[in-house]
Amino acid sequence: MITLLIWAVIILTVMAVTRLVRIYELSSELRGGKPQWEVTESDNRMNAQFMMVFAFVFFVFCTWLFFEYKDRLLPVSASEHGTHIDWLFNFNMIIIGFVFFVTNACLFYFTFKYYKGSHNKTATFFPESHKLELIWTVVPGVALAIIIFLGIKTWNNITTPPTGESIVIELYAKQFDWTARYAGKDNVLGRRYFNLISDTNPMGLDPADPNGNDDIVVRNEFHIPKGKQIDFKLASRDVIHSAYMPHFRAQMNCVPGMTTSFHYVPIITTEEMRKNPHVIKNMEEVNVIMAEKGEAPVEFNYLLLCNKICGSSHYNMQMNIIVDEQEQFNEWFSKQKTVGASATANTNIVSDGNLLADKKQ
Amino acid sequence: MSSHDHSHAHDQHAAGDHHHHEESFVSKYLFSMDHKMIARQFLVTAIVMAFAAMTMSTLFRLQLAWPEEGFAITNWILGDKWAPGGIMTPEIYLGLVTIHGTILVFFVLTGGLSGTFANLLIPYQVGARDMASPFMNMLSYWFFLVGAIIMLVSMYIPTGPASPGWTIYPPLSALPEAMPGSGLGMTLWLVSMSLFIVSALLAGLNYIITVLNLRAVGMTMLRLPLTIWALLVTAILGVLSFPVLLSAVLLLIFDRTIGTSFYLSDIYINGQPLEHIGGSPILFQHLFWFLGHPEVYIIILPALGIMSEVISVNSRKPIFGYKAMVGSILVIALLSFIVWGHHMFITGMNPFLGSVFVFTTVLIAIPSAVKAFNYITTLWKGTIRFTPGMLFCIGAVSTFVTGGVTGIILADAALDINLHDNYFVVAHFHIVMGLSAILAMCGGVYHWFPKMYLRMMNKKMGYAHFWLTFISAYGVFFPQHFLGLAGVPRRYYTNSSFPIFENLVSIEEMSTWFAILGAAAQFIFFFNFFYSIFRGDKAPKNPWDSNTLEWTTEVGHHHGNWGAKLPVVHRWAYDYSKPGAREDFIPQTVPLAQGEKDNGEGYH
Repeated sequence: MITLLIWAVIILTVMAVTRLVRIYELSSELRGGKPQWEVTESDNRMNAQFMMVFAFVFFVFCTWLFFEYKDRLLPVSASEHGTHIDWLFNFNMIIIGFVFFVTNACLFYFTFKYYKGSHNKTATFFPESHKLELIWTVVPGVALAIIIFLGIKTWNNITTPPTGESIVIELYAKQFDWTARYAGKDNVLGRRYFNLISDTNPMGLDPADPNGNDDIVVRNEFHIPKGKQIDFKLASRDVIHSAYMPHFRAQMNCVPGMTTSFHYVPIITTEEMRKNPHVIKNMEEVNVIMAEKGEAPVEFNYLLLCNKICGSSHYNMQMNIIVDEQEQFNEWFSKQKTVGASATANTNIVSDGNLLADKKQ
Repeated sequence: MSSHDHSHAHDQHAAGDHHHHEESFVSKYLFSMDHKMIARQFLVTAIVMAFAAMTMSTLFRLQLAWPEEGFAITNWILGDKWAPGGIMTPEIYLGLVTIHGTILVFFVLTGGLSGTFANLLIPYQVGARDMASPFMNMLSYWFFLVGAIIMLVSMYIPTGPASPGWTIYPPLSALPEAMPGSGLGMTLWLVSMSLFIVSALLAGLNYIITVLNLRAVGMTMLRLPLTIWALLVTAILGVLSFPVLLSAVLLLIFDRTIGTSFYLSDIYINGQPLEHIGGSPILFQHLFWFLGHPEVYIIILPALGIMSEVISVNSRKPIFGYKAMVGSILVIALLSFIVWGHHMFITGMNPFLGSVFVFTTVLIAIPSAVKAFNYITTLWKGTIRFTPGMLFCIGAVSTFVTGGVTGIILADAALDINLHDNYFVVAHFHIVMGLSAILAMCGGVYHWFPKMYLRMMNKKMGYAHFWLTFISAYGVFFPQHFLGLAGVPRRYYTNSSFPIFENLVSIEEMSTWFAILGAAAQFIFFFNFFYSIFRGDKAPKNPWDSNTLEWTTEVGHHHGNWGAKLPVVHRWAYDYSKPGAREDFIPQTVPLAQGEKDNGEGYH
């Protein structure tokens, strides 16, 4: 029925347009005027005015979007380097926002002002001006040099390998979940091999490596302490995933066959972030929508999500990150079972809720 | 000018020895070797492909805005298997995203854009009778068409089309175990792409040779219209970079079929470890983006060329800074080969390498800015005539600027960390590359339609098409910047698995409403296009009072384009509103007056 209706609408529309065009053609023939395709002065005036109206509406739309959504963007950065990224982003944004506005304004204004009509009959022959060209090569050049300099400086600061004490955590990706492995007391991750992977050993940890005994494996959520440097090692066992932690302005790909790394210092605990007015407002909005859907209200949590297309459930590959004060973290950490303890207790190395899912694949 | 004796022309030019007979339908419309016919074949094929890609995007926009709702149209198009109850499955969502991207990037904006306008304009605007090798030209179209058909057919196989995104990163694309689309669907994608690359190479070599060797007497390189400069450099980029994609594709085929390990290592999937050891998925990305980045310039340069020509003609002013425009095309082309790494900042590559790519990538903003400013200065103090083609090209300047500036953000590796692969990127490249190129392509179609089909398109429908398209284009993509800044990843089937994204769904809805409006507006174009082919007003010889050589041919499609004598060129293509001239345009075939200087120098 719907299909029939759609076809009816399409056919009727086509017929209507055909008729209209035909009437238009006949009437212009009757007028004996110029051919329909020739641009008249009133066409020019109309389009020139549309250009100006468009420019106005467009800038209003951009401004409205900004004010409407600025509070729903990511909250302040929860990591140290992220505050530098945010500063750099705002700095660049001011420059490009200015260029965007001025260039578009000139474009639309000139098209409005110089349309061909009774007031403007002749164009100015102006094929080149070395002075002007020099200006708009050198000025962007200088601005971009500053952008490059600041950008590379920030990039180098972020990517310099961590010095001093840090907590080593491996984020291990597979279709379609995350596992986090802490390096434990010795802060050295035990070796793992992909061909040791089995139902009882989903990461392929090598039981012969003593470094692995004190490793701690967790799923669903992992904790990190505020103010400590966290050194993430990223890996994947099947396809490329990307560990994206937007609140920390952190992202790095997980590539099978190699280990990548990223490090940051969290500076805001989960509790503190939940008290951020910006976050409170957002979570209120979210929970109104959740209530409409008949779902339970949610609390704010930092997220680890997958940001590289990895298969059909790519859209739902997540893990919560909890940033604790050091003491809370220590308390949580001391409760976790090490890999060695789990092995001697003759249970799975990881209590793997996903075992069934693995078998089904 | 003695271009009226074309009836005697056939005996005299080399290409025209069999034209006394009526051509058969097959040789005229199917296996044609005439550049004008091949241009139209490319264009119509591209329009069909663009329609397919647009339908796909409309469907997945519906899904993104209202993920829980079923749509009869989704079910009607995709069927019960892929859209039970009108809600598409995650598998087909990824398939639609992938094929949408592939079709638009390769079949519409590379094959369609270059194929149409290089074929139409290169022989016409350089003053040649046809391409250097008409046979190769025909082959290039047929490879293109077969590739396009295979790509469309892959939508209809039981395991679904290729679905790892248009960038087909392995191991996802290499392992059928990883997703259903990586089986037969991926094989068809690779076959289709190989054919496409062959087509692109055949075409590109032909374009380069034609521009370099078959220019009319007097058509020096610095008298070439900017369209030709852009198409020439585009062809060079394609010839240098497409073979690299072909090798990447071949190695991927080897990994998939004969058990090599170029891209695969240490993989455990589907309950068992694979035997591949020692390969690197990152190698593929380097090879892919070595094509992939020049590819975006392969898309945008012809668009910029069309914009230069159309804006100059309809401002009745010479293009501002012709030599700077040529220079910036060359600089963009050169730089485009050394920026590919900015797609890979977060793959774990050496941070120092990252900073080098930041440097080269940001540099490319300079020639791009020069081009944008030059367009705007061309408009300044012109007498602007708003043909539909002109409107589209003005729109393309706007999107080129709006999308271009966010490129500076993404080029900054430090900022890319947080924005990589999220909606900010989607907004950026759709606006700067997708919209600019498609708007300029439409502009080109309106502008050169009289040369292609000897009739004029309807002006009023053109206006309606432009304004609705332009408004909805910005409406779809501009709001997506904000999704990106909120940290929403791209290629998510739905954002509703993350409650914190729930209060952003209004942006997705806004995008979708504008997408529906934009898609509806294209029907005005489809109707105008096909109606005008048969019923449009007959085109005069030079409807836009333009200087370039294509408008000096007689109305009609004549093999060899000109009569017995090829035109002789005396000046550059941009003498519009030159002081002292009788009319506001001086065709390139008019000799210089006493004491008149060429290349715009007469004024100083």
